[in-house]
Amino acid sequence: MSRRTTGLAIEAEGLTRSFGDTRALAGIDLRVPAGTVYGLLGPNGAGKTTAVRVLATLLRPDGGSARVFGHDVVTEADRVRSRVSLTGQYASVDEDLTGTENLVLLGRLLGLRKPAARERAAALLAAFGLTEASDRQVKKYSGGMRRRIDIAASILNTPDLLFLDEPTTGLDPRSRNQVWEIVRAVVSHGTTVLLTTQYLDEADQLAGRIAVVDHGRVIAEGTPGELKSSVGSGTVHLRLRDPAQRPEAERVLREALDVPVQLAADPAALTARVGEAGTDLDASAQAARVLSDLARAGIVVDNFSLGQPSLDEVFLALTDHPAVPADERDDQLEAAR
Amino acid sequence: MSDTTTSTTERAPSVYVPSAEALATVLAPGARPARPSALGASLTFGWRAMLKIKHVPEQLFDVTAFPIIMVLMFTYLFGGALAGSPREYLQFFLPGIMVTSVVMITMYTGVGLNTDIEKGIFDRFRTLPVWRPSALVGMIFGDVLRYILAALVILGLGLVLGFRPAGGVVGVAAGIGLLVVFSFAFSWVWTFFGLILRSEKSVMGVSMMVLFPLTFLSNVFVEPSTMPGWLQAFVKVNPVTQLVAAIRGAMGGESDPSATMWLLVWSAGFVLVFGTLTMYRYNRR
Repeated sequence: MSRRTTGLAIEAEGLTRSFGDTRALAGIDLRVPAGTVYGLLGPNGAGKTTAVRVLATLLRPDGGSARVFGHDVVTEADRVRSRVSLTGQYASVDEDLTGTENLVLLGRLLGLRKPAARERAAALLAAFGLTEASDRQVKKYSGGMRRRIDIAASILNTPDLLFLDEPTTGLDPRSRNQVWEIVRAVVSHGTTVLLTTQYLDEADQLAGRIAVVDHGRVIAEGTPGELKSSVGSGTVHLRLRDPAQRPEAERVLREALDVPVQLAADPAALTARVGEAGTDLDASAQAARVLSDLARAGIVVDNFSLGQPSLDEVFLALTDHPAVPADERDDQLEAAR
Repeated sequence: MSDTTTSTTERAPSVYVPSAEALATVLAPGARPARPSALGASLTFGWRAMLKIKHVPEQLFDVTAFPIIMVLMFTYLFGGALAGSPREYLQFFLPGIMVTSVVMITMYTGVGLNTDIEKGIFDRFRTLPVWRPSALVGMIFGDVLRYILAALVILGLGLVLGFRPAGGVVGVAAGIGLLVVFSFAFSWVWTFFGLILRSEKSVMGVSMMVLFPLTFLSNVFVEPSTMPGWLQAFVKVNPVTQLVAAIRGAMGGESDPSATMWLLVWSAGFVLVFGTLTMYRYNRR
């Protein structure tokens, strides 16, 4: 508990970084309070990973400055390194080595003597449910187990700040929940977590504050509640039996909700925001009204859902452009499976 | 895809449920141990290289089979023509082919580093608060063991085929020692190329382009006195020539102080120049 820190874990001002002609960071400002989970939310290529790599001392910024617990990431990189730990998007353990060997290796590098390193490795493997797999090469682990050994390696010395770069991308729902539980446990013991994600619900579940990143800039910042209320707390998705009725349905929706209605690429589908701040009804009551109005107008609805705004809708609302082109989005969904 | 691996490797009875209590036991912040010394960290990275050999023993193929093929091939190809008999040629040729084989093997340092970086493991190493060059020094420590193994394989085969070094055990050990010093230094050339080139293939390509002229345009196969003047000029300044001369001297029982000195100067130069360039790139990726 003696190392619990207060104040700001990360303070970044105007960070820029380009790779050739690509401007990955176009002036990022961040203030991450210590002891919290902070989410960087954005699509692929928004600059999240570059930001994390700069803050973890792996990349030098072209301009701007960043301090981690008051230490400059360029001039005091060594001080920063002794307090942070990174779980990257790609393997940050050695695939050829076993789980135990990986953790003993890192323990030794962090200054533990061999018996202490072995003890620590065994304890971590047990806590992460990997005892049975401890003598197996990491390349034989499943996706979920890989993530767990990655995170176990990152908390070997209980860092003050842990970077998790898209920790659940590509995981099945069960493994994803396991990672969420681990993140909650880590932060409850005083470690600050900077998490990048493409999923609003993940940021919503874990983060105390979120920065929405697009084209290398922070375009919105706040608590999940603040962000969502700026977009509307929910969205109704409708799919009609007869696409010819869509103009009529759009009119009914607009009258019932008094919000802009979006026409989806699917000719029979449309979406609208509900639960917007300032309306007197909550989201579900508004949805009920939409349904009854549509029934009264003789419009048959085949498919109806009420959900949280997706990252896409948050983006659309904040930037007037979708988060990712549709074809790329399909690739991501594919990769996430 | 992850679904299938999950079902085969994570059997149903042992589904992991994170428990706050279990995690609490490993999350309590203890006192941080003192950071390891530069040598300690390098040796730990060397241990990693050993573990990799243990898990992937096939990687020893290039330090065993390749040198055996080189020795047999050239001894019997050139022996009769150049020295009257293969056995006679071997007395001159063995130190040279030992150098050629080991110097060629050094290029795998670059290939290995390039692969490691592609995989992402170096991201973790580079965020550790340890002496910066230790990951690379440790990697080369591991490679040095491979060099020694290759040298011993060649020596063993040479002895079987009739190589009789006049320098005895001490001379042979000194010769191998010089070879290891030079190879350690020369490996830094490849760590640099391993860092600046994009793919494993391009590292291989550049290595071959450097290594073929360096090893063949030397005194390894024949005495340079038979070569045209311009070629002799290159052969004379080639560090491989100095290395071979020094090792021939040591193993033959008549040390060659001038060649030995030049070899050590070259070695220091490689570490200084390419070690510095490597670390510059390593820190600024």
